[in-house]
Amino acid sequence: MAAMDKSTGNVMLITGSSRGIGRYLVDHYIARNYRVIGCSRSMSDYTHPNYEHFCLDVVDEPAVTAMFKQIAQRYGRLDIAINNAGAASMNHILLTPLSTLRKLLDVNVVGTFLFTREAAKLMKKNRFGRIVNFASVATPLKLEGEAVYGAAKAAIVNFTQVTAKELAPLGITVNAIGPTPIETDLIRSVPKDKIQRLVRMQAIQRMGEFRDVSNVIDFFIMPESDFISGQVIYLGGV
Amino acid sequence: MATQEQILQAIYTAIDEVNEQLPSGAQLAKSPDSILFGQSGALDSLGLVSLIVAVEQSVENELGATVTLADEKALSQRNSPFRSVSTLAEYIQQLLADGSNG
Repeated sequence: MAAMDKSTGNVMLITGSSRGIGRYLVDHYIARNYRVIGCSRSMSDYTHPNYEHFCLDVVDEPAVTAMFKQIAQRYGRLDIAINNAGAASMNHILLTPLSTLRKLLDVNVVGTFLFTREAAKLMKKNRFGRIVNFASVATPLKLEGEAVYGAAKAAIVNFTQVTAKELAPLGITVNAIGPTPIETDLIRSVPKDKIQRLVRMQAIQRMGEFRDVSNVIDFFIMPESDFISGQVIYLGGV
Repeated sequence: MATQEQILQAIYTAIDEVNEQLPSGAQLAKSPDSILFGQSGALDSLGLVSLIVAVEQSVENELGATVTLADEKALSQRNSPFRSVSTLAEYIQQLLADGSNG
């Protein structure tokens, strides 16, 4: 971590931080001396003097804006936002209820939109910011059974590329990571043989690990990556 | 209900913030007559976006009200509320009176 100066800092926000990849990222960046603010619908059992948790739904606009107001008051800045919160569902289109589509678009797209908008308002004050969104290999691999999830993540790809242009004049970069399957709650209900078939479609045929995700995010957020924006890096050679 | 003077003050706070990012020759004047956007306006489109965000925040901080300035309603007005400081102040007063907050 570079020394904090006027233009770069270490205040980081991670959504969906109470479990899975989000929980791992909290640990990863606390260990690297970041001040981490996390949020999720549930409480977090993670405690550390440099960690603060907000209980909220990422699509609850008043709750989200109230949280950003508190971040502004307490820290006066936000340097990095990691839009990790997500929801997945695997089902044939003929068996997919409309409510599933709405839920997936809400958590994956609406949540990312709200947090990007509010984060950028704070980041622009210092003309420095790093926003990292979560895409998925489900989009480029065009997986059967993931029409809705893949479409929601495709929206994230385009959203990332357009916001990269809109926020570049404010010193903010926007990039996305597209993970392969990783052992988390998100894929717990997916049959093992389906996961194996998916892994075989990757250039590098293994399950992803948490460290693969943090490796890409580390690259996106470093101060030297100020010429990297609008990019989507997929894991596993997809 | 906020007075016109309080609303102007909130806009001036936002102008101070935006001026920090503008070159010295292109600073916005803190006056009701100050033209913001359009042919003789001081701001480019990104500058206007920054001002709108800053005004929303200063209205919330100073007047305790949440307003959404750039929505379909604002964009459909025959005369743009973002033309000058005074038109912006009038528009904010109208939003506060209508109670059409955030």
